[in-house]
Amino acid sequence: MKALCWEGVNKLAVEDVPEPELRNDQDVIAKVTAGTTCGSDLHLIGGYIPAMRAGDVIGHEFIGEVVETGPAVRRHRVGDRVVVSSFVGCGRCWYCANDLWSLCDNSNTNPGITQAMWGYEPGTVFGYSHAATGLRGSHAEYVRVPFADYGAFTIPEGVDDDSALFVSDSAPTGWMGADLGGVRPGDVVAVWGCGAVGQMAARAAMLLGAERVISIDRFPERLAMTREHIGSETIDYTETDVGAELRERTGGRGPDVCIEAVGMEAHSPGPEYAYDQVKQQLRLQTDRPTAVREAIYACRKAGSVFVLGVFGGVVDKFPLGAVMNKGLTLRGAQMHGQRYIPMLLERVAKGELSTRHLATHEVSLDDAPHAYDMFKNKKDDCVRAVIRPDGART
Amino acid sequence: MKRALGTAAALVGAGVAIRRLKSRASGSGTEPNRWLVVTVNCPPERLREIPAPLVGLADHVEIRTAPAPGGKGTELAARLRETDATGTLKRLTGDDPRQRVRRALREAKSLVETGEVMKPDAPPTVRDTPGGKLVGLATRRAGGEGRL
Repeated sequence: MKALCWEGVNKLAVEDVPEPELRNDQDVIAKVTAGTTCGSDLHLIGGYIPAMRAGDVIGHEFIGEVVETGPAVRRHRVGDRVVVSSFVGCGRCWYCANDLWSLCDNSNTNPGITQAMWGYEPGTVFGYSHAATGLRGSHAEYVRVPFADYGAFTIPEGVDDDSALFVSDSAPTGWMGADLGGVRPGDVVAVWGCGAVGQMAARAAMLLGAERVISIDRFPERLAMTREHIGSETIDYTETDVGAELRERTGGRGPDVCIEAVGMEAHSPGPEYAYDQVKQQLRLQTDRPTAVREAIYACRKAGSVFVLGVFGGVVDKFPLGAVMNKGLTLRGAQMHGQRYIPMLLERVAKGELSTRHLATHEVSLDDAPHAYDMFKNKKDDCVRAVIRPDGART
Repeated sequence: MKRALGTAAALVGAGVAIRRLKSRASGSGTEPNRWLVVTVNCPPERLREIPAPLVGLADHVEIRTAPAPGGKGTELAARLRETDATGTLKRLTGDDPRQRVRRALREAKSLVETGEVMKPDAPPTVRDTPGGKLVGLATRRAGGEGRL
Protein backbone atom coordinates (compact mmCIF):
# COMPACT_ATOMS: atom_id res chain seq x y z
CA MET A 1 0.00 0.00 0.00
CA LYS A 2 1.01 3.63 -0.36
CA ALA A 3 2.09 5.65 2.67
CA LEU A 4 3.82 8.93 3.45
CA CYS A 5 7.21 8.10 4.96
CA TRP A 6 9.87 10.04 6.80
CA GLU A 7 13.10 9.52 4.87
CA GLY A 8 15.45 11.69 6.88
CA VAL A 9 15.60 15.26 8.17
CA ASN A 10 13.30 17.39 6.00
CA LYS A 11 12.76 14.51 3.55
CA LEU A 12 9.34 12.96 2.96
CA ALA A 13 8.30 10.54 0.22
CA VAL A 14 5.32 8.39 -0.70
CA GLU A 15 6.43 4.76 -0.63
CA ASP A 16 5.08 1.26 -0.92
CA VAL A 17 4.97 -0.33 2.54
CA PRO A 18 3.45 -3.60 3.79
CA GLU A 19 -0.25 -3.44 4.65
CA PRO A 20 -0.90 -3.53 8.39
CA GLU A 21 -2.07 -6.72 10.02
CA LEU A 22 -3.90 -7.54 13.23
CA ARG A 23 -1.14 -7.99 15.80
CA ASN A 24 -3.33 -8.23 18.90
CA ASP A 25 -6.85 -9.48 19.50
CA GLN A 26 -8.07 -6.00 20.46
CA ASP A 27 -6.86 -4.38 17.21
CA VAL A 28 -8.85 -3.20 14.26
CA ILE A 29 -7.60 -2.35 10.80
CA ALA A 30 -9.07 0.88 9.42
CA LYS A 31 -9.13 2.10 5.86
CA VAL A 32 -8.03 5.72 6.22
CA THR A 33 -10.50 8.07 4.56
CA ALA A 34 -8.83 11.34 5.62
CA GLY A 35 -5.91 12.55 7.67
CA THR A 36 -4.43 15.95 8.29
CA THR A 37 -1.09 17.63 8.67
CA CYS A 38 -0.29 18.65 12.26
CA GLY A 39 2.26 21.09 13.62
CA SER A 40 3.79 18.41 15.82
CA ASP A 41 4.68 16.44 12.66
CA LEU A 42 6.99 19.30 11.73
CA HIS A 43 9.14 18.52 14.77
CA LEU A 44 9.59 14.96 13.47
CA ILE A 45 10.25 16.11 9.93
CA GLY A 46 12.80 18.68 11.12
CA GLY A 47 14.73 16.12 13.11
CA TYR A 48 13.90 17.46 16.57
CA ILE A 49 12.30 14.21 17.79
CA PRO A 50 14.74 11.32 18.25
CA ALA A 51 14.29 7.66 17.33
CA MET A 52 12.92 8.02 13.79
CA ARG A 53 13.89 5.45 11.15
CA ALA A 54 13.90 6.00 7.39
CA GLY A 55 10.66 4.55 6.09
CA ASP A 56 8.57 5.38 9.16
CA VAL A 57 4.97 6.23 8.25
CA ILE A 58 3.89 9.54 9.80
CA GLY A 59 0.43 10.99 10.56
CA HIS A 60 -1.71 10.75 13.69
CA GLU A 61 -4.93 12.76 13.16
CA PHE A 62 -7.40 10.77 11.05
CA ILE A 63 -10.75 9.18 10.39
CA GLY A 64 -11.43 5.90 8.65
CA GLU A 65 -13.65 2.92 8.08
CA VAL A 66 -13.20 -0.33 10.00
CA VAL A 67 -12.32 -3.11 7.55
CA GLU A 68 -11.13 -5.86 9.93
CA THR A 69 -11.61 -6.52 13.64
CA GLY A 70 -9.63 -8.66 16.08
CA PRO A 71 -11.52 -11.42 17.90
CA ALA A 72 -11.64 -9.48 21.19
CA VAL A 73 -13.06 -6.26 19.72
CA ARG A 74 -16.55 -5.66 21.12
CA ARG A 75 -17.56 -2.11 20.23
CA HIS A 76 -16.81 -2.00 16.52
CA ARG A 77 -17.85 -3.84 13.39
CA VAL A 78 -16.63 -3.85 9.83
CA GLY A 79 -18.04 -0.79 8.10
CA ASP A 80 -18.05 1.51 11.14
CA ARG A 81 -17.07 5.09 10.29
CA VAL A 82 -14.67 6.05 13.06
CA VAL A 83 -12.61 8.92 14.36
CA VAL A 84 -9.50 7.68 16.17
CA SER A 85 -7.71 9.30 19.08
CA SER A 86 -4.13 10.11 18.13
CA PHE A 87 -2.95 8.68 21.47
CA VAL A 88 -3.43 4.98 22.16
CA GLY A 89 -4.82 4.05 25.57
CA CYS A 90 -5.43 0.55 26.91
CA GLY A 91 -8.47 1.72 28.90
CA ARG A 92 -7.68 -0.26 32.04
CA CYS A 93 -4.41 0.89 33.59
CA TRP A 94 -4.66 3.40 36.44
CA TYR A 95 -3.98 6.35 34.13
CA CYS A 96 -6.61 5.41 31.54
CA ALA A 97 -9.07 4.61 34.33
CA ASN A 98 -8.49 8.14 35.64
CA ASP A 99 -9.01 9.76 32.21
CA LEU A 100 -5.31 10.51 31.73
CA TRP A 101 -5.18 8.56 28.49
CA SER A 102 -1.99 9.91 26.95
CA LEU A 103 -0.15 8.53 29.98
CA CYS A 104 -1.27 4.93 29.39
CA ASP A 105 1.01 2.39 31.05
CA ASN A 106 0.47 -0.37 28.50
CA SER A 107 0.68 1.14 25.03
CA ASN A 108 4.34 2.06 24.73
CA THR A 109 6.34 -1.02 23.78
CA ASN A 110 9.66 0.85 24.10
CA PRO A 111 9.31 2.39 27.56
CA GLY A 112 13.04 2.38 28.27
CA ILE A 113 13.68 5.22 25.82
CA THR A 114 11.28 7.81 27.22
CA GLN A 115 11.88 6.67 30.79
CA ALA A 116 15.52 7.59 30.24
CA MET A 117 14.49 10.98 28.78
CA TRP A 118 11.68 11.97 31.14
CA GLY A 119 11.68 9.65 34.13
CA TYR A 120 8.47 7.85 33.16
CA GLU A 121 7.07 6.98 29.78
CA PRO A 122 3.89 8.43 28.27
CA GLY A 123 1.66 6.28 26.09
CA THR A 124 1.88 5.77 22.37
CA VAL A 125 0.83 8.02 19.52
CA PHE A 126 0.43 7.01 15.89
CA GLY A 127 3.36 7.79 13.62
CA TYR A 128 5.50 9.53 16.17
CA SER A 129 8.89 7.80 16.37
CA HIS A 130 10.15 4.60 17.93
CA ALA A 131 10.41 6.37 21.28
CA ALA A 132 6.62 5.99 21.16
CA THR A 133 6.59 2.36 19.98
CA GLY A 134 7.09 3.14 16.27
CA LEU A 135 3.42 2.51 15.62
CA ARG A 136 2.82 3.26 11.95
CA GLY A 137 1.11 6.52 11.19
CA SER A 138 -2.14 7.29 9.42
CA HIS A 139 -0.95 8.94 6.22
CA ALA A 140 -1.46 5.60 4.51
CA GLU A 141 -4.23 3.63 2.87
CA TYR A 142 -4.69 1.47 5.97
CA VAL A 143 -3.70 1.68 9.60
CA ARG A 144 -3.74 -0.69 12.56
CA VAL A 145 -5.57 0.65 15.65
CA PRO A 146 -4.58 -1.11 18.90
CA PHE A 147 -7.04 -1.19 21.83
CA ALA A 148 -9.67 -0.09 19.31
CA ASP A 149 -12.63 -0.43 21.68
CA TYR A 150 -11.16 2.48 23.63
CA GLY A 151 -9.49 4.64 20.96
CA ALA A 152 -11.86 4.47 17.97
CA PHE A 153 -15.22 6.26 18.15
CA THR A 154 -18.11 5.78 15.78
CA ILE A 155 -18.93 9.06 14.08
CA PRO A 156 -22.59 10.02 14.58
CA GLU A 157 -24.80 10.28 11.50
CA GLY A 158 -25.12 14.04 11.80
CA VAL A 159 -21.37 14.71 11.73
CA ASP A 160 -19.64 14.90 8.35
CA ASP A 161 -16.13 13.59 7.71
CA ASP A 162 -14.52 17.00 7.42
CA SER A 163 -15.80 18.04 10.85
CA ALA A 164 -15.04 14.71 12.52
CA LEU A 165 -11.44 14.66 11.29
CA PHE A 166 -10.30 17.38 13.67
CA VAL A 167 -11.95 15.65 16.63
CA SER A 168 -9.15 13.06 16.36
CA ASP A 169 -6.52 15.40 17.83
CA SER A 170 -6.78 19.19 17.37
CA ALA A 171 -10.13 19.67 19.10
CA PRO A 172 -9.45 17.43 22.13
CA THR A 173 -5.97 18.91 22.52
CA GLY A 174 -7.36 22.43 22.54
CA TRP A 175 -10.22 21.46 24.85
CA MET A 176 -7.80 19.87 27.28
CA GLY A 177 -5.75 23.08 27.47
CA ALA A 178 -8.79 25.08 28.53
CA ASP A 179 -10.22 22.35 30.76
CA LEU A 180 -7.05 21.35 32.63
CA GLY A 181 -5.84 24.94 32.52
CA GLY A 182 -8.78 25.58 34.81
CA VAL A 183 -10.81 28.06 32.73
CA ARG A 184 -13.82 29.24 34.73
CA PRO A 185 -16.77 31.50 33.94
CA GLY A 186 -15.69 35.12 33.80
CA ASP A 187 -12.03 34.41 33.09
CA VAL A 188 -9.83 36.24 30.65
CA VAL A 189 -7.87 33.69 28.64
CA ALA A 190 -4.88 34.27 26.36
CA VAL A 191 -3.92 31.65 23.79
CA TRP A 192 -0.53 31.67 22.08
CA GLY A 193 -0.85 30.24 18.55
CA CYS A 194 -3.68 30.47 16.01
CA GLY A 195 -3.11 27.10 14.38
CA ALA A 196 -5.81 24.46 14.62
CA VAL A 197 -5.00 23.56 18.23
CA GLY A 198 -4.81 27.18 19.36
CA GLN A 199 -8.14 27.94 17.69
CA MET A 200 -9.75 24.94 19.35
CA ALA A 201 -8.33 25.99 22.73
CA ALA A 202 -9.79 29.47 22.28
CA ARG A 203 -13.21 28.07 21.36
CA ALA A 204 -13.09 25.65 24.29
CA ALA A 205 -12.30 28.51 26.67
CA MET A 206 -15.38 30.34 25.42
CA LEU A 207 -17.60 27.29 25.78
CA LEU A 208 -16.28 26.84 29.33
CA GLY A 209 -17.43 30.35 30.17
CA ALA A 210 -14.45 32.64 29.60
CA GLU A 211 -15.60 36.23 29.31
CA ARG A 212 -12.78 37.30 27.01
CA VAL A 213 -10.41 35.24 24.90
CA ILE A 214 -7.36 36.79 23.25
CA SER A 215 -5.44 34.83 20.60
CA ILE A 216 -1.84 35.65 19.65
CA ASP A 217 -0.01 34.87 16.38
CA ARG A 218 1.87 36.62 13.58
CA PHE A 219 0.17 35.34 10.41
CA PRO A 220 -2.60 37.72 9.25
CA GLU A 221 -4.65 34.93 7.66
CA ARG A 222 -4.63 32.87 10.86
CA LEU A 223 -5.49 35.87 13.00
CA ALA A 224 -8.35 36.72 10.63
CA MET A 225 -9.60 33.11 10.64
CA THR A 226 -9.55 33.06 14.43
CA ARG A 227 -11.55 36.27 14.66
CA GLU A 228 -14.05 35.12 12.05
CA HIS A 229 -14.61 31.47 13.00
CA ILE A 230 -13.75 31.40 16.70
CA GLY A 231 -14.76 34.87 17.71
CA SER A 232 -11.78 35.71 19.91
CA GLU A 233 -9.86 38.96 20.00
CA THR A 234 -6.41 38.81 18.44
CA ILE A 235 -2.91 40.23 18.85
CA ASP A 236 -0.27 40.23 16.09
CA TYR A 237 2.91 39.80 18.11
CA THR A 238 5.07 41.31 15.38
CA GLU A 239 3.26 44.62 15.69
CA THR A 240 3.10 45.19 19.42
CA ASP A 241 4.51 44.32 22.82
CA VAL A 242 2.35 41.33 23.78
CA GLY A 243 2.86 41.74 27.54
CA ALA A 244 1.96 45.44 27.47
CA GLU A 245 -1.03 44.79 25.21
CA LEU A 246 -2.34 42.06 27.53
CA ARG A 247 -1.88 44.28 30.60
CA GLU A 248 -3.80 47.05 28.90
CA ARG A 249 -6.63 44.74 27.82
CA THR A 250 -6.93 43.10 31.24
CA GLY A 251 -7.02 46.14 33.49
CA GLY A 252 -3.39 45.63 34.45
CA ARG A 253 -4.05 42.22 35.98
CA GLY A 254 -2.92 39.86 33.20
CA PRO A 255 -4.89 36.89 31.85
CA ASP A 256 -6.31 34.44 34.37
CA VAL A 257 -5.36 31.47 32.18
CA CYS A 258 -2.58 31.39 29.57
CA ILE A 259 -2.57 28.54 27.06
CA GLU A 260 0.55 27.93 25.01
CA ALA A 261 -0.22 26.17 21.70
CA VAL A 262 3.03 26.76 19.84
CA GLY A 263 5.65 24.22 20.85
CA MET A 264 9.36 23.71 20.43
CA GLU A 265 9.89 25.74 17.24
CA ALA A 266 8.49 29.05 18.41
CA HIS A 267 9.31 32.32 16.64
CA SER A 268 9.75 35.80 18.05
CA PRO A 269 10.68 39.20 16.64
CA GLY A 270 13.06 39.84 19.56
CA PRO A 271 16.74 39.00 20.11
CA GLU A 272 15.79 35.93 22.17
CA TYR A 273 14.78 34.22 18.91
CA ALA A 274 18.37 34.29 17.61
CA TYR A 275 19.63 33.16 21.03
CA ASP A 276 17.20 30.23 21.16
CA GLN A 277 17.87 29.24 17.54
CA VAL A 278 21.63 29.10 18.09
CA LYS A 279 21.28 27.06 21.26
CA GLN A 280 18.78 24.69 19.64
CA GLN A 281 20.85 24.16 16.50
CA LEU A 282 23.94 23.47 18.63
CA ARG A 283 21.78 21.06 20.67
CA LEU A 284 22.56 23.02 23.83
CA GLN A 285 18.80 23.07 24.28
CA THR A 286 16.28 20.89 22.52
CA ASP A 287 13.41 23.36 22.33
CA ARG A 288 12.69 27.04 21.75
CA PRO A 289 10.34 27.98 24.59
CA THR A 290 9.65 31.60 23.56
CA ALA A 291 5.88 31.42 23.88
CA VAL A 292 6.03 29.56 27.21
CA ARG A 293 8.30 32.23 28.68
CA GLU A 294 6.00 34.97 27.44
CA ALA A 295 2.92 33.20 28.84
CA ILE A 296 4.56 32.85 32.25
CA TYR A 297 5.51 36.53 32.37
CA ALA A 298 2.09 37.68 31.10
CA CYS A 299 -0.04 35.53 33.39
CA ARG A 300 -1.69 37.23 36.34
CA LYS A 301 -0.53 36.45 39.88
CA ALA A 302 -1.85 33.06 41.01
CA GLY A 303 -3.00 32.37 37.45
CA SER A 304 -2.61 29.23 35.40
CA VAL A 305 -0.33 28.41 32.46
CA PHE A 306 -1.00 25.34 30.36
CA VAL A 307 1.60 24.00 27.92
CA LEU A 308 -0.13 22.38 24.94
CA GLY A 309 2.71 22.74 22.44
CA VAL A 310 5.00 19.75 22.04
CA PHE A 311 8.39 19.93 23.74
CA GLY A 312 11.06 17.25 23.68
CA GLY A 313 13.68 17.88 26.30
CA VAL A 314 15.41 20.77 28.03
CA VAL A 315 15.29 24.55 27.62
CA ASP A 316 17.37 27.51 28.70
CA LYS A 317 16.34 30.72 30.50
CA PHE A 318 13.19 29.20 31.91
CA PRO A 319 11.57 31.76 34.25
CA LEU A 320 11.17 29.49 37.25
CA GLY A 321 11.36 32.50 39.56
CA ALA A 322 8.23 33.95 37.98
CA VAL A 323 6.40 30.64 38.37
CA MET A 324 7.28 30.45 42.05
CA ASN A 325 7.05 34.09 43.12
CA LYS A 326 3.80 34.79 41.25
CA GLY A 327 2.22 31.64 42.64
CA LEU A 328 1.43 30.24 39.20
CA THR A 329 0.01 26.83 38.41
CA LEU A 330 2.01 25.37 35.52
CA ARG A 331 0.67 22.30 33.81
CA GLY A 332 1.05 20.46 30.52
CA ALA A 333 0.07 17.22 28.83
CA GLN A 334 -0.18 15.32 25.64
CA MET A 335 -3.83 15.03 24.79
CA HIS A 336 -6.25 12.74 26.59
CA GLY A 337 -8.39 12.26 23.50
CA GLN A 338 -10.62 9.47 24.78
CA ARG A 339 -11.72 11.75 27.65
CA TYR A 340 -13.11 14.40 25.31
CA ILE A 341 -13.93 12.89 21.90
CA PRO A 342 -17.50 11.69 22.63
CA MET A 343 -18.43 15.08 24.13
CA LEU A 344 -16.78 16.92 21.24
CA LEU A 345 -18.63 14.85 18.62
CA GLU A 346 -21.87 15.82 20.37
CA ARG A 347 -20.92 19.49 20.36
CA VAL A 348 -20.01 19.31 16.66
CA ALA A 349 -23.37 17.64 15.93
CA LYS A 350 -25.17 20.39 17.87
CA GLY A 351 -23.29 23.13 16.01
CA GLU A 352 -21.49 24.41 19.12
CA LEU A 353 -18.05 23.61 17.76
CA SER A 354 -17.00 24.27 14.17
CA THR A 355 -13.88 22.60 12.80
CA ARG A 356 -14.39 22.45 9.02
CA HIS A 357 -12.85 25.84 8.38
CA LEU A 358 -9.47 24.51 9.53
CA ALA A 359 -9.15 22.45 6.33
CA THR A 360 -7.77 25.10 4.01
CA HIS A 361 -6.30 22.60 1.54
CA GLU A 362 -7.00 19.10 0.33
CA VAL A 363 -4.59 16.75 -1.43
CA SER A 364 -4.23 13.11 -2.43
CA LEU A 365 -1.74 10.88 -0.65
CA ASP A 366 0.59 11.20 -3.66
CA ASP A 367 0.74 14.94 -3.04
CA ALA A 368 1.27 14.66 0.73
CA PRO A 369 4.94 15.80 0.62
CA HIS A 370 3.78 18.94 -1.18
CA ALA A 371 1.07 19.41 1.46
CA TYR A 372 3.67 19.36 4.23
CA ASP A 373 5.78 21.87 2.32
CA MET A 374 2.78 24.20 2.08
CA PHE A 375 1.88 23.62 5.71
CA LYS A 376 5.39 24.09 7.08
CA ASN A 377 6.12 27.22 5.09
CA LYS A 378 2.58 28.65 5.44
CA LYS A 379 2.29 28.84 1.65
CA ASP A 380 -1.04 29.84 0.16
CA ASP A 381 -2.30 30.65 3.69
CA CYS A 382 -2.30 26.94 4.58
CA VAL A 383 -3.64 26.23 8.08
CA ARG A 384 -4.28 22.52 7.67
CA ALA A 385 -4.00 20.28 4.61
CA VAL A 386 -6.35 17.30 4.51
CA ILE A 387 -4.78 14.22 2.94
CA ARG A 388 -7.16 11.75 1.30
CA PRO A 389 -5.70 8.35 0.35
CA ASP A 390 -8.57 7.92 -2.14
CA GLY A 391 -7.68 11.16 -3.85
CA ALA A 392 -8.58 14.81 -3.31
CA ARG A 393 -12.14 15.79 -4.17
CA THR A 394 -11.17 19.12 -5.67
CA MET B 1 49.46 15.70 62.50
CA LYS B 2 47.14 18.45 61.38
CA ARG B 3 48.22 17.83 57.79
CA ALA B 4 47.70 14.06 58.20
CA LEU B 5 44.24 14.59 59.65
CA GLY B 6 43.44 16.99 56.83
CA THR B 7 44.63 14.47 54.26
CA ALA B 8 42.59 11.70 55.89
CA ALA B 9 39.52 13.91 55.99
CA ALA B 10 40.03 14.80 52.35
CA LEU B 11 40.38 11.12 51.41
CA VAL B 12 37.26 10.19 53.38
CA GLY B 13 35.40 13.10 51.75
CA ALA B 14 36.58 12.04 48.32
CA GLY B 15 35.53 8.46 49.03
CA VAL B 16 32.05 9.57 50.06
CA ALA B 17 31.78 11.78 46.98
CA ILE B 18 32.90 8.95 44.70
CA ARG B 19 30.42 6.56 46.31
CA ARG B 20 27.64 9.12 45.83
CA LEU B 21 28.65 9.72 42.23
CA LYS B 22 28.77 5.97 41.56
CA SER B 23 25.41 5.59 43.21
CA ARG B 24 23.93 8.39 41.13
CA ALA B 25 25.51 7.08 37.94
CA SER B 26 24.13 3.62 38.55
CA GLY B 27 20.63 5.10 38.82
CA SER B 28 17.43 3.52 39.97
CA GLY B 29 17.07 -0.18 39.32
CA THR B 30 20.68 -0.88 38.43
CA GLU B 31 21.80 -2.09 41.83
CA PRO B 32 21.76 -5.85 41.38
CA ASN B 33 19.64 -6.70 44.41
CA ARG B 34 17.13 -3.87 44.15
CA TRP B 35 13.45 -4.78 43.91
CA LEU B 36 11.99 -3.94 40.50
CA VAL B 37 8.33 -2.95 40.87
CA VAL B 38 5.25 -2.23 38.81
CA THR B 39 1.83 -1.24 40.15
CA VAL B 40 -0.99 -3.25 38.64
CA ASN B 41 -4.45 -1.69 38.55
CA CYS B 42 -6.19 -4.60 40.24
CA PRO B 43 -6.99 -5.86 43.75
CA PRO B 44 -4.33 -8.04 45.46
CA GLU B 45 -6.45 -11.20 44.96
CA ARG B 46 -5.85 -11.03 41.23
CA LEU B 47 -2.14 -11.52 41.84
CA ARG B 48 -2.37 -14.54 44.17
CA GLU B 49 -1.07 -16.65 41.28
CA ILE B 50 2.14 -15.57 39.61
CA PRO B 51 1.26 -13.99 36.24
CA ALA B 52 2.43 -16.02 33.24
CA PRO B 53 5.34 -13.82 32.12
CA LEU B 54 6.99 -14.24 35.54
CA VAL B 55 6.46 -18.00 35.82
CA GLY B 56 9.51 -18.79 33.70
CA LEU B 57 11.67 -16.67 35.99
CA ALA B 58 10.26 -18.04 39.23
CA ASP B 59 13.42 -20.03 40.08
CA HIS B 60 15.57 -16.97 39.62
CA VAL B 61 13.58 -14.23 41.35
CA GLU B 62 11.83 -13.52 44.59
CA ILE B 63 8.35 -12.11 44.09
CA ARG B 64 6.18 -10.14 46.49
CA THR B 65 2.98 -8.17 46.28
CA ALA B 66 1.49 -5.40 48.41
CA PRO B 67 -1.59 -3.18 48.18
CA ALA B 68 -0.69 0.22 46.72
CA PRO B 69 -1.69 3.24 48.81
CA GLY B 70 -4.71 5.27 47.82
CA GLY B 71 -6.46 2.52 45.93
CA LYS B 72 -3.91 2.62 43.14
CA GLY B 73 -3.90 -1.15 42.75
CA THR B 74 -1.34 -3.75 43.77
CA GLU B 75 2.42 -3.44 43.78
CA LEU B 76 4.08 -6.40 42.07
CA ALA B 77 7.80 -6.65 42.81
CA ALA B 78 10.55 -9.02 41.75
CA ARG B 79 14.26 -9.24 42.43
CA LEU B 80 17.01 -11.59 41.36
CA ARG B 81 18.19 -14.27 43.80
CA GLU B 82 21.63 -14.36 42.17
CA THR B 83 23.22 -11.19 40.90
CA ASP B 84 26.50 -12.56 39.52
CA ALA B 85 25.37 -12.33 35.90
CA THR B 86 24.47 -8.64 36.03
CA GLY B 87 26.63 -5.72 34.96
CA THR B 88 26.97 -2.74 32.67
CA LEU B 89 28.54 -4.74 29.82
CA LYS B 90 25.81 -7.37 29.97
CA ARG B 91 23.26 -4.59 30.03
CA LEU B 92 24.72 -3.13 26.84
CA THR B 93 24.70 -6.51 25.10
CA GLY B 94 21.16 -7.24 26.27
CA ASP B 95 22.23 -10.16 28.48
CA ASP B 96 21.60 -8.65 31.90
CA PRO B 97 18.96 -10.79 33.64
CA ARG B 98 17.39 -7.68 35.16
CA GLN B 99 16.26 -6.78 31.63
CA ARG B 100 14.26 -10.01 31.51
CA VAL B 101 12.76 -9.23 34.90
CA ARG B 102 11.72 -5.71 33.85
CA ARG B 103 10.19 -7.00 30.65
CA ALA B 104 8.36 -9.80 32.48
CA LEU B 105 6.97 -7.37 35.07
CA ARG B 106 5.70 -5.01 32.36
CA GLU B 107 4.14 -7.86 30.42
CA ALA B 108 2.56 -9.29 33.57
CA LYS B 109 1.01 -5.92 34.38
CA SER B 110 -0.38 -5.50 30.86
CA LEU B 111 -1.74 -9.05 30.73
CA VAL B 112 -3.52 -8.71 34.07
CA GLU B 113 -4.89 -5.26 33.27
CA THR B 114 -5.84 -5.65 29.60
CA GLY B 115 -5.65 -9.34 28.73
CA GLU B 116 -2.87 -8.81 26.19
CA VAL B 117 0.57 -7.36 25.64
CA MET B 118 0.53 -4.81 22.86
CA LYS B 119 2.90 -5.67 20.04
CA PRO B 120 4.60 -3.11 17.80
CA ASP B 121 3.86 -3.06 14.08
CA ALA B 122 5.90 -5.46 12.01
CA PRO B 123 8.26 -5.17 10.30
CA PRO B 124 9.59 -2.19 12.26
CA THR B 125 10.99 -0.57 9.13
CA VAL B 126 11.05 -1.07 5.39
CA ARG B 127 14.62 0.08 4.89
CA ASP B 128 17.62 -0.08 7.17
CA THR B 129 20.05 2.80 7.39
CA PRO B 130 22.99 3.17 9.83
CA GLY B 131 20.94 5.56 11.96
CA GLY B 132 17.94 3.27 11.77
CA LYS B 133 20.04 0.31 12.93
CA LEU B 134 21.04 2.27 16.01
CA VAL B 135 17.38 3.06 16.74
CA GLY B 136 16.60 -0.62 16.18
CA LEU B 137 19.25 -1.61 18.72
CA ALA B 138 17.77 0.83 21.23
CA THR B 139 14.22 -0.43 20.71
CA ARG B 140 15.27 -4.06 21.09
CA ARG B 141 16.62 -3.17 24.53
CA ALA B 142 13.87 -0.70 25.47
CA GLY B 143 11.33 -3.25 26.71
CA GLY B 144 13.79 -4.45 29.34
CA GLU B 145 15.35 -1.13 30.16
CA GLY B 146 14.26 2.03 31.93
CA ARG B 147 13.72 3.07 35.50
CA LEU B 148 11.57 0.30 36.86
